[in-house]
Amino acid sequence: MSLLELDGIKKHFGPVQVLLGVDLKIDAGEVVALVGDNGAGKSTLMKIITGIHKPDGGTIRFDGTDISGHSPGEIRERGIEMIYQDLALARMQDVASNIFLGREPTRRLLGTPIRMIDRARIEQEAEAMIRKLGARVPSVRHPVGKLSGGQQQSVAIARALTFNPKLVIMDEPTAALAVREVEHVLDLIRELKRQEIAVILISHRLTDVFAVCDRVVALRHGRVVSDEHIAQTSMNTVVAHIVGAA
Amino acid sequence: MATNDSSTAAAAGPQSGLRAMRFSVRLESLLVLAVLVVALSILSPYFLSVSNFLNILLATAVIGILGFGATFVIAAAGIDLSLGSVLALSGVLGALSVNALDLPWPVAIVTCLAVGAFCGLINGLLNAKAGIPAFIVTLGMLGVARGLGLVFTNGQPVYGMPDPIVFLGQGRPFGVPMPVFVFIAVAIVAHFVLAYTRFGKYAQVIGDNETAARAMGIRVDRHRIALYMVSGTLAGVAGLLFLARVNAGDPTAGLNYELTAITAAILGGTNLFGGRASVLGTLIGALVMGVLQNGLNLLAVSSFYQQMAIGAVLVLAVWLDQVNRARGQR
Repeated sequence: MSLLELDGIKKHFGPVQVLLGVDLKIDAGEVVALVGDNGAGKSTLMKIITGIHKPDGGTIRFDGTDISGHSPGEIRERGIEMIYQDLALARMQDVASNIFLGREPTRRLLGTPIRMIDRARIEQEAEAMIRKLGARVPSVRHPVGKLSGGQQQSVAIARALTFNPKLVIMDEPTAALAVREVEHVLDLIRELKRQEIAVILISHRLTDVFAVCDRVVALRHGRVVSDEHIAQTSMNTVVAHIVGAA
Repeated sequence: MATNDSSTAAAAGPQSGLRAMRFSVRLESLLVLAVLVVALSILSPYFLSVSNFLNILLATAVIGILGFGATFVIAAAGIDLSLGSVLALSGVLGALSVNALDLPWPVAIVTCLAVGAFCGLINGLLNAKAGIPAFIVTLGMLGVARGLGLVFTNGQPVYGMPDPIVFLGQGRPFGVPMPVFVFIAVAIVAHFVLAYTRFGKYAQVIGDNETAARAMGIRVDRHRIALYMVSGTLAGVAGLLFLARVNAGDPTAGLNYELTAITAAILGGTNLFGGRASVLGTLIGALVMGVLQNGLNLLAVSSFYQQMAIGAVLVLAVWLDQVNRARGQR
């Protein structure tokens, strides 16, 4: 049984049909690239997996459970994390707060049932996560809005990896990065694979896709038009699938 | 260049329980308060006295509590223009509950808070579920709640409260007016909730980046409704204090108070567009407004000019914030 099984996912926004029945299976520890032209439906499909959009048809099974229609919080709880293209960070909050956003550990106020955010623990664990990732962030108490693009990306990645996910979705994680930072992200994906964590990588950069992925799935006009193992395809073929020339 | 970045200032604390304290108070507002106090001490021989300071605190209590409510909704990039009207409606209904219905005095307290919470619930539902902008929803409530208060009372104040309620407004244990105790208690609780709990943190995150808040599993709509209920309930508390102090439920109470309350919040460093908010800042902001009004009274400046002063301070506070942000390149 696969880790993630999408079956006939459909979605429209008003009169616009974005997804016309998408089937997709992903195994544990598998790195799958999702490619396609702008407007092919990649981001919408991912936002359906993470619960931000509700599908109009079809089912999503994750780890043996039907998660269609679950809330974003419940889906994160089950072990799906997504690194959004715009990073989805609260810019006025500091690094530590962003890493624990939505999952702040709490402690009792003076033994009463009143719960307050356990700030010391958040800082400690955020610090540890940043160090483990080898990210260069000035301080976990630094407001995220004052960090560079690459540093903000590190925060978004740290947030996705702090709670032992089983599947990490990355939407264009390398699009805005410098060459050295791109290498860092690719190494990270390889490391996730070693830890048996599945990855869906949305990317326009086919060199990245061929460097780290096991499979490449092309989406066109809201349908899966190809699903191939990296070893059995080529960049030219994938480009042909994306533009509909094959 | 001196920027007023509250979060870095807060980060520099010692390695203790205090470290987590996030005193995001704008230094300017403290400075303004200090300058006002010094100037008025020189200008008026009556200003610098314990009894006058207690007067200021008493006069600030109602505005300050409304300001805390404003702080919570503004944190989440909302606004509550109905604060003054909800104050009046809850005071009127609280008064009627013991006066016309002859119920025991604690009912007045419960009624005030419940009416406030209910108005907040309506504001929140219309904003979060029906998607009507907060500005419009609460502007509508400003009219409806004010009108309802007048309808229930025929426009006449409802006089005569039971002794315990009057004590709440006029009692002076240890020489300190009761509303001041309530004010301080509400300030402590509100500060704790905003700065230390998930509830307060999420309010600010929603104001900062609503999409991110949703993606991270925060239930934005529910949270927003709760925030309007907080501001409504605090308007109810303010209504109770007003009712207790004047010993009457007055349907014209709190006219334009939302203006002063929002000014206090913005003056205290709460970002008008959400994301950053501070109850302690609002406390300082409310004291600035209180000292200003007190000073103008002592200097025998007509109340007509006081209205102008409040309006001008609001615009000035927002302008200062804009200038600072442009310099700080947030």
